Amino acid sequence: MAARSIRPRIPDGADWLAGQPPATVRPSRRTFVKGLAVGGAIAGLGLWRPAARAHTHGRPQPVSLDGTEFDLRVGETLMDFTGAPRTALTVNGSLPAPTLRWREGDTVTVRVSNTLGEDTSIHWHGVLVPANMDGVPGLSFDGIRPGETHAYRFTVRQSGTYWYHSHSRFQEQRGLYGALVVEPLEPEPFRYDREHVVLLSDWTDEDPDRVFAKLKKQSDYYNLRRPTVGDFVRDVRDRGFGTAVADRLAWGEMRMSRADLSDVTGATYTYLMNGQAPAGNWTGLFRSGEHVRLRFINGSAMSYFDVRIPGLQMRVVAADGQHVHPVSVDEFRIGVGETFDVIVEPSGQDAFTIFAQSLDRTGYARGTLAVSPGLSAPVPDLDPRPLLTMADMGHGGMRDVGPASAMSGMPTGTPATRPGVHDAHGGAAAAAPPSPDGHGGHDMSAMAGSAAMQSHPASERSNPLVDMQTMMPSSRLDDPGIGLRGNGRRVLTYADLQSLFSDPDGREPGRTIELHLTGHMERFVWSFDGVKFSDAEPIRLTYGERMRIVLVNDTMMAHPMHLHGMWSDIEDDDGQFHLRKHVVDMPPGTRRSVRVRADALGRWAFHCHLLYHMVAGMFREVRVDE
Amino acid sequence: MRTRSLVVGCAVLVAGWPAVARAQQTTTGRPTPSAAAAETTDAHAAQGATQPQTPFPPITDADRAAAFPDVERHAELDNAVHFFVLFDQLEWQGGQSGNGVSWDSTGWIGRDLNRLWFRAEGDADAGRPRDAEVHLFYGRAFARWWDVVVGLRQDLRPGPAQSWLAVGVQGLAPYWFDVEATAYLGAGGQTATRLKAEYELLFTNRLALQPLVEVNLYGKSNAERGIGAGVSSFDAGLRIRYELRREFAPYLGVTWHSRFGETARFAEAAGESTGGRRFVAGLRLWF
Repeated sequence: MAARSIRPRIPDGADWLAGQPPATVRPSRRTFVKGLAVGGAIAGLGLWRPAARAHTHGRPQPVSLDGTEFDLRVGETLMDFTGAPRTALTVNGSLPAPTLRWREGDTVTVRVSNTLGEDTSIHWHGVLVPANMDGVPGLSFDGIRPGETHAYRFTVRQSGTYWYHSHSRFQEQRGLYGALVVEPLEPEPFRYDREHVVLLSDWTDEDPDRVFAKLKKQSDYYNLRRPTVGDFVRDVRDRGFGTAVADRLAWGEMRMSRADLSDVTGATYTYLMNGQAPAGNWTGLFRSGEHVRLRFINGSAMSYFDVRIPGLQMRVVAADGQHVHPVSVDEFRIGVGETFDVIVEPSGQDAFTIFAQSLDRTGYARGTLAVSPGLSAPVPDLDPRPLLTMADMGHGGMRDVGPASAMSGMPTGTPATRPGVHDAHGGAAAAAPPSPDGHGGHDMSAMAGSAAMQSHPASERSNPLVDMQTMMPSSRLDDPGIGLRGNGRRVLTYADLQSLFSDPDGREPGRTIELHLTGHMERFVWSFDGVKFSDAEPIRLTYGERMRIVLVNDTMMAHPMHLHGMWSDIEDDDGQFHLRKHVVDMPPGTRRSVRVRADALGRWAFHCHLLYHMVAGMFREVRVDE
Repeated sequence: MRTRSLVVGCAVLVAGWPAVARAQQTTTGRPTPSAAAAETTDAHAAQGATQPQTPFPPITDADRAAAFPDVERHAELDNAVHFFVLFDQLEWQGGQSGNGVSWDSTGWIGRDLNRLWFRAEGDADAGRPRDAEVHLFYGRAFARWWDVVVGLRQDLRPGPAQSWLAVGVQGLAPYWFDVEATAYLGAGGQTATRLKAEYELLFTNRLALQPLVEVNLYGKSNAERGIGAGVSSFDAGLRIRYELRREFAPYLGVTWHSRFGETARFAEAAGESTGGRRFVAGLRLWF
């Protein structure tokens, strides 16, 4: 298992085939022209652009830069992903931004020049840097003004797959993101012959400010799969009139939709793989029998992806850049901001499809692993659209409990209609054991983690910006997630992922902070504990302490929670160190514990990595003082 | 903005000073006051390792400078002003009682909790407004699904203009009913109440049936304006629209109007109809 690693000398298959030396791309004036609706830059627009390296098939690979000194120019480039040219934000003319290759232990200097008419910033996602190098305007620095060049300089203290992106307004949605690969000093505990970055993202032709404004006006704007009369008739046929009606009433009383899986969907998004729309078919090359390392990065603004490569098992060797005990799976869900390194051994076919369907099944990103450019393999159909259950939201029950039985776990009122009833769940429940009679028929033992009645912070009570509170959340570390359960494939879960190292700190947390993820779907407001960033005080940590953050999801959506500056060490259900990450996925109805070692002085961002949730208030400052 | 954050920061620093000092003496660390989060101290924490396996590097002045740069506070997007304007009805109407056009719109501008609302509705026959009124409200979200609104209503037609004080509740009732309930106090001690409810039934995600009902009640009779005390009128509508875009939907429908009691008698005396059915065709649009 732990064969010595071979340092990859061939970072990109295309170069290798073309007989070019790998690695650094020298600037040139070469440009290329893209066909419509396949994605990519339309032309150089007469501006200086570095080479997107020539590709045998005329399609660009993400540009790759390495060394210790980097010059990144943030600018605008006309791109076409849908047949309609749009201005994208690019780095050195490229979307995604160039892949940066650093070496652990190096001190790197990245000079970022801003040619936009607005401020910009670059945040090194998952990378441990001094606070003033973290690139969050308002916390780390003032941002990079138009016309200004800002130098980031720090020593790289880790290795693995990361990424970088703008932390200014909606620039990430407009294309400002790229992969970051840090070569390790020590050999890695696995071998591979070749590697490809697979950067997933979502693109909209709309102005993201408009997208946000629309969500504020009508939060289900992009959901074109709301339940219809036809769905109801089918439901009656399948489950009987009583059950179908009861189900409608249950969701109607909560004023929520079972189909509310994501706020922004394929109705506006084109899903990209390494900057290519599905028709563009990004292709990574392999030779039969090779071990190919794929560095998956979810650089989306709002989209979770379920990724598989039909015909290939994927051996997951790293999560969020950190080595894990290898685990072989058919499929994994990747939340926004997460990275997974997998090793595949393609053989027996000339082409394999990399298929990344959005969680809401409204579209997919797709590419191909092939022995030569221009090949493709069948693209699977999208899976059926999943529907939320009451159990999904932690309202009792677990797994695919039928909505009929899950209903008993539903909130019995709201402050508006039955004052006090709903809040009573929170107020009285601090240490109350699960009440079997109140939730008859549920198999409590099936719930992972502690599934006692959940208490809630006082700031959530009678708060018009909080539309839901989970009642019986659990960690669900071993749950593949909505739409992936029982699909016949081996799906990765957080329980499968275990760091290859033991707790680097070793101490028990000295204290625990509980934070609830809250929101209001209709008003499109997102927050912690019912308090938006603009109204909140920082969360204060003391340098040197080991503490625990318990996250409780009081919404019906999944939130990928990202802490800057420090690792988030997920605990298992026994409260032990389990998995080191920089993004912790929080599906609805979950309660998950994270250990934090406060080893980074300064002011750090802690936020949901769904861009529009972050902007709408699900953001906190974490401040580490001496 | 910046001043406020500095003041808050200093206050918390001062308050937290003793705890910080203790934390430097013990290795497990002590909680500092946190206004933002509930926290508990783990009694059994001392059972685990007391020294971190990975030591903490001593902090230098350079570290301190890098950790707390002088940074301007940025405008928070989570408290931005947004707006919404909806023409729920913008339609032609035809029936036995005559033809005309009708409009009903609402909207808001503001932040998440506090908003300025308007409503405007009316109808016109042969280009002449028959009935027209506007509302202007201050509104505040006060419960999970509900806003309270307080403001003014101005009747422009029929008859001489009249003003009302208005207070109401609007929001989303269980089972997705959009509800508005507004009470009015007018000149001469006149009182009125208006209740509106509407629903959306999706045949597809673009084809939607919208039933709505509206009831008007008055406290006193007013012959000049043709209003009788009690329930004066009831309106119902059924409109089916096709959303070419979410913001833009042509529709067809039918409406029923009936006047009751003294209001009906006033109408009969004036030679007007006391109710009737109309067919409507219009546009629903918002921005």
